[in-house]
Amino acid sequence: MAEPENTLAQRLQARFGDRIVECIEHTYAHAHGEVTLVVAPDRLLEVARVLRDEPEFGFEQLTDLCGIDYLGYGQVEWDTEDATSEGYSRGVEGLGPGRFDWDSRPRPDRQAKRFASVVHLLSIRNNQRLRLRTYAGDDALPVIPSLVDVWPGVNWFEREAFDLFGIVYEGHPDLRRILTDYGFVGHPFRKDFPLIGNVEVRYDAEQERVIYQPVTIEPRVLVPRVLRQDSRREQAEAEIANAAAGK
Amino acid sequence: MQEIRNYSLNFGPQHPAAHGVLRLVLEMEGEVVQRADPHVGLLHRGTEKLAESKPFNQSIGYMDRLDYVSMMCNEHAYVMAIENLLGIQVPERALWIRTMFDEITRILNHLMWVGANGLDLGAMAVMLYAFREREELMDCYEAVSGARMHAAYYRPGGVYRDLPDQMPQYKETPWHKGKELKRLNAWREGSMLDFLDAFCDDFPQRVDEYETLLTENRIWKQRTVGIGVVSQEQALAWGMTGHMLRSTGIAWDVRKKQPYAKYAEVDFDIPVGTAGDCYDRYLIKVAEMRESARIIKQCVAKLRTLEGPVMIRDFKIGPPSREEMKTDMEALIHHFKLFTEGYVVPEGETYAAVEAPKGEFGCYLVSDGANKPFRVKLRAPGFAHLSSMDEVVRGHMLSDVVAMIGTYDLVFGEVDR
Repeated sequence: MAEPENTLAQRLQARFGDRIVECIEHTYAHAHGEVTLVVAPDRLLEVARVLRDEPEFGFEQLTDLCGIDYLGYGQVEWDTEDATSEGYSRGVEGLGPGRFDWDSRPRPDRQAKRFASVVHLLSIRNNQRLRLRTYAGDDALPVIPSLVDVWPGVNWFEREAFDLFGIVYEGHPDLRRILTDYGFVGHPFRKDFPLIGNVEVRYDAEQERVIYQPVTIEPRVLVPRVLRQDSRREQAEAEIANAAAGK
Repeated sequence: MQEIRNYSLNFGPQHPAAHGVLRLVLEMEGEVVQRADPHVGLLHRGTEKLAESKPFNQSIGYMDRLDYVSMMCNEHAYVMAIENLLGIQVPERALWIRTMFDEITRILNHLMWVGANGLDLGAMAVMLYAFREREELMDCYEAVSGARMHAAYYRPGGVYRDLPDQMPQYKETPWHKGKELKRLNAWREGSMLDFLDAFCDDFPQRVDEYETLLTENRIWKQRTVGIGVVSQEQALAWGMTGHMLRSTGIAWDVRKKQPYAKYAEVDFDIPVGTAGDCYDRYLIKVAEMRESARIIKQCVAKLRTLEGPVMIRDFKIGPPSREEMKTDMEALIHHFKLFTEGYVVPEGETYAAVEAPKGEFGCYLVSDGANKPFRVKLRAPGFAHLSSMDEVVRGHMLSDVVAMIGTYDLVFGEVDR
């Protein structure tokens, strides 16, 4: 097939115009470019059908669907700006996973568009990939239309995202939990779900059965200092920039 | 008239043909399956959540434990995703080593599969034959990484260390001595590359042995030909990849179509099927083993002449050498900082896919500019394949469900994550 003159991102932009929120073309070093398309939930099915059916795009296969919880995205958990004579502080914000139990979980007052569902599409015909992201409108009850009528293979992936993130896929025929235990409470991959969990299971010799009880382990700081800025890299980049400017 | 109802059958999670911990609730009419409802997640360990709480390079070990019969391919997807975001170039020699070990892994996986699937369908001996060769290849894993299975050998920026100059040899024991010991060590006199060369020369004859046991075996054919037929439309709609997709006649292979590592520079063919049944998938796997041996031979030839580093020379990403650490304070600090704090990965998102032995294994990585990933999603081929179970086995006999579970090549480490 002859190489089309426009890039995939340009063709998507031209085809959908203002029906999409955003079209991002990523520039990474590897050979096969990556394109992200952001679509509002009410346009999702319409856009998905076009992507599957029009030969120009031809995304006949859905490779993957995953939920994302954007709570705490880009936030600084550790105070790395100043240090005392005893060294750096330890986990001042205490928001990261693994550092809180359920009662002290972070409760954000406002977090615009917390949940998103990300779909990876593959066109075998045109040998191209596309990422399709939809932000759920409501954070308390995130609802996104189900793609099960467009790509039936998304069935279990949507069940998984429902199980782990609590994203409700409207129109899904069988939205049950899939990975967690029977009767599990909560959505464990949300950023406000503790890494240690809420319950533990053990065999009780007196009752002669397996019982659930609240976790007995303490939440611990397992994670080293989380960095946001790396001065070493910044310095290296600044030196390269200086050298380039000097020439 | 007496009312006749379908009855439900619990298959697994302790059934030997459930390949681990699959619980399958089957609605049966007589011996015919009306509906299959696989219950997965009994091996769910929250790998993705754990990876989101740790610096990037501390999660490589988790990747081995996903699909625990094709360890290095999982690592490959994960480190490739990190390398994309970091924007670093991996040294040539490391890429060749990765290509070689991906193929070693493929043979390891396919041997396990052909043995286990044979066992499921009543062929006892194949397992014993397959594990003989698996042992040789696991020795290669051990020689480079120190671990027979969970290697953690691929690192962002290259591989952990260069290939050993000397292939480890068997020592004398009361069970291995004299002529027997000499036979065991015959290939192990030289380097690992010599060993692999000898192995790949010999391996096609070994594959012939498996084929003698199975390919024209009447029972094997009765259990697999025309069973679990998947059409092209179904395969595409259900997100099937790897041998499942190729058995329907679609020549899709990530190694060929979107080459990574050094696959663009090696010569190999993609075997495809025509009927899309279990027998075709068996033939594809067998043919792939032969192709893998071909690729390994090319990699060995290349690695014999290609000199150079196997890890990027950037101490923010790869550790300095042991010798340097003994004499250079700066190197010691780098080592400490790298293994305690890791490195900051620029904000962004990427999806890196590899052709794992079971299909497309992908890693979707979102970084918010910290030294730990914000979101890691691992796309396991087995998960997508198993979701089509209900559609494929409907109307088949109970014993064909076993053939189908076998042919999917399921490993619950990756399905449940």
